[in-house]
Amino acid sequence: MTHTGDLLTTGENMKLSVLVLEGPYNHEASDSAYNFIQAALDKGHAIRGIFFYDDGVYNATKLMDPPQDDRHISKRWSELGARGIDMIVCVAAAKRRGITDEVLVPNIRISGLGQLATLIDESDRLVTFGD
Amino acid sequence: MAATGKKIMVTVRKAPHGSIYVQESIEVMFIFATYDMDLSVVFMDDGVLALQTGQDTKQLGTKGFMASLGALVDWEVTKVYVDRQSLKERNIPEGSIQPIGKDDDSGAPIRPKVLDSIEIATMMATQHSIVSF
Repeated sequence: MTHTGDLLTTGENMKLSVLVLEGPYNHEASDSAYNFIQAALDKGHAIRGIFFYDDGVYNATKLMDPPQDDRHISKRWSELGARGIDMIVCVAAAKRRGITDEVLVPNIRISGLGQLATLIDESDRLVTFGD
Repeated sequence: MAATGKKIMVTVRKAPHGSIYVQESIEVMFIFATYDMDLSVVFMDDGVLALQTGQDTKQLGTKGFMASLGALVDWEVTKVYVDRQSLKERNIPEGSIQPIGKDDDSGAPIRPKVLDSIEIATMMATQHSIVSF
């Protein structure tokens, strides 16, 4: 499959960004995004950044405390952040939902929608995970 | 600042009011419009329901997005399109969809441009990124 303009041909390594629109545990979007990112990294692609918007901001709270035999979604994201991936939570969506710096897991930051524009600009592809 | 003039498309595909998707997609349009991007917007699938006129969210207790939608042109979001087939399937007449602004000179309402699916597909194929709501 070939594309026009500055787009790459599939098969080459790409720089990707991911947009997450749903919260953890209820919808599969958050898990799918995580699994997609792992698969992309395994294939040698780079992840420029991950942007959490709408209920997606709930992915970033350290207050979640799932049963031990379940995945800890915010911890997983934090571990990706520790690998140097830029993890951003939308400030407006976060304020609505009580997500503040105090409740964020490490390696995730709060910023504005403009950061999404920058991620898109600096990536070969944006992949959106929502409902 | 992103300043590369890349082609970015925002698609609105969900029915309004049941979720915050339509409202937040409009927020994204406003922000992206302040960046140097070649921004286009497509309402398609259930997203075309957002373009029905006469929507009033007062009794829902939500702010609604109708005023924002009517200000898109003021915010320089001018490449706004709607999928003809999606309108037809939902029995929404093409001429009655919600204006996104007014012409500066004549004051005439500016409405999203109705396109066939194949035209939208062609536009999609040339985008750097598509942000799907």
